Amino acid sequence: MTQTATLSQRNIISMESLTDTDIDTILDTADSFKEISTRTIKKVPTLRGRTIINLFFEPSTRTRTSFEIAGKRLSADVINISGASSSTVKGESLIDTVKNLEAMNPDILVVRHNCSGAPALITQFFNKPVINAGDGTHEHPSQSLLDLLTIREYKGNLKGLKVAIVGDIAHSRVARSNIHAMQTMGMTVKVIAPPTLIPIDIEHLGVDVCHDLTNGIRDADVIMILRIQMERQNQGLLSSLREYSNYFCLTEEHLSNVSDETLIIHPGPVNRGIEISLDVMEGSRSLILNQVTNGVAIRMALFYLLLGESDANSN
Amino acid sequence: MSTIILNEKDIARAINRISHEILERNQGAENIALIGIRTRGVTLSSRLQNKINAIENIEVATGALDITLYRDDLGARLQKPELKKTEITFGLEGKHVILCDDVLFTGRTIRAAIDALIDFGRPASVQLAVLIDRGHRELPIRPDYVGKNIPTSKSKRVQVFLKEVDDEDKVIIQEQVK
Repeated sequence: MTQTATLSQRNIISMESLTDTDIDTILDTADSFKEISTRTIKKVPTLRGRTIINLFFEPSTRTRTSFEIAGKRLSADVINISGASSSTVKGESLIDTVKNLEAMNPDILVVRHNCSGAPALITQFFNKPVINAGDGTHEHPSQSLLDLLTIREYKGNLKGLKVAIVGDIAHSRVARSNIHAMQTMGMTVKVIAPPTLIPIDIEHLGVDVCHDLTNGIRDADVIMILRIQMERQNQGLLSSLREYSNYFCLTEEHLSNVSDETLIIHPGPVNRGIEISLDVMEGSRSLILNQVTNGVAIRMALFYLLLGESDANSN
Repeated sequence: MSTIILNEKDIARAINRISHEILERNQGAENIALIGIRTRGVTLSSRLQNKINAIENIEVATGALDITLYRDDLGARLQKPELKKTEITFGLEGKHVILCDDVLFTGRTIRAAIDALIDFGRPASVQLAVLIDRGHRELPIRPDYVGKNIPTSKSKRVQVFLKEVDDEDKVIIQEQVK
């Protein structure tokens, strides 16, 4: 009699591999989880006795904290391992690290790695669910899911919305995840950036390309601003940060021709004044902090939905 | 094969009587709150709210509780029950909380509901109102208000239909479909 919710995947590696039903299931579940974080006692016993390992080979505040809080609000034990403090600095291979962690019987592994494909590789050596928390320039599925949840909350539904993604598309795993997910959900995506920050052949992903910010955002329902990744900018792709800002920093002036209903989102961390101006960032259309709140609910939903599969495999 | 054990009028009379019992036992509606367990417990709680309002002219606070995250059989399931929203927008501190559910059977749902309630504060008391008590308790839990006691065999299935969810009001008993 009880309706059930299941995902087609036992690992969350990419948005490309999720169906629209999967995405709806995750968003609906996350929507129900939001209330828990508003309680005085922000904890439910659902994952009591379960162990979640956060294995992060790249710096992160938001994502790692968000996964940790999500696990703890479900009563799981959460262990954080950062690349700098792990045995990989002693020369242990990624696969050996994962096999050793597996020998301690965790229930879910959350992985961030600077190499695209690392989480997918890990699934071959780890028999419990793996969640990709960002791999190289490939994908960052939980970020895309929280973006979709935030947009859906304000727009009612996703189908038919026009999204403009502005910034370093070439290096952005957030852009890649969202391009796949948004098209799965029936949205249209336009990417806006200087030619050097747009991958060759991106049209094959079904997106429009534009090199002018003012024109590009005119009909957008949602503007997603991406961070200029300082750590990846020594390749001569931009002549200078200031020049990038002159042409691509989103300011109130750009928004004067844009509908008041248009939402502005940014996956963080923000370089204030470089890709987005201070007044836009803190303005009424900006949902940057709502995204962070929704991130916890999305990650609680992923843990909840993936738990069943891990049981089936161990029993 | 199924038999109707309560029809629309029977259900209305039961709600009416339970409303009076709640008011009698709590000496009015001043400090009570009705919390329905999703899905049909929520419907029952709003019917009780309406009836109490008609009798005492007081709008009793009501809330909805989803007990999924507090279940004791989650780990054993491959498919996750669909999670619905819990909506309790008022403090439970000092309130006499009346939990409402459609069918009381093993008592495991109520155990989960009590655990969930306690996370929202410390009520003065927790009481239990159910439309059907079919017996076979597996935990030391008993209802305070009962629409109808129906002795059943474990193989039977009791199903409550309520207009707001199912387009008609009735309670049926049938052989479990294997």
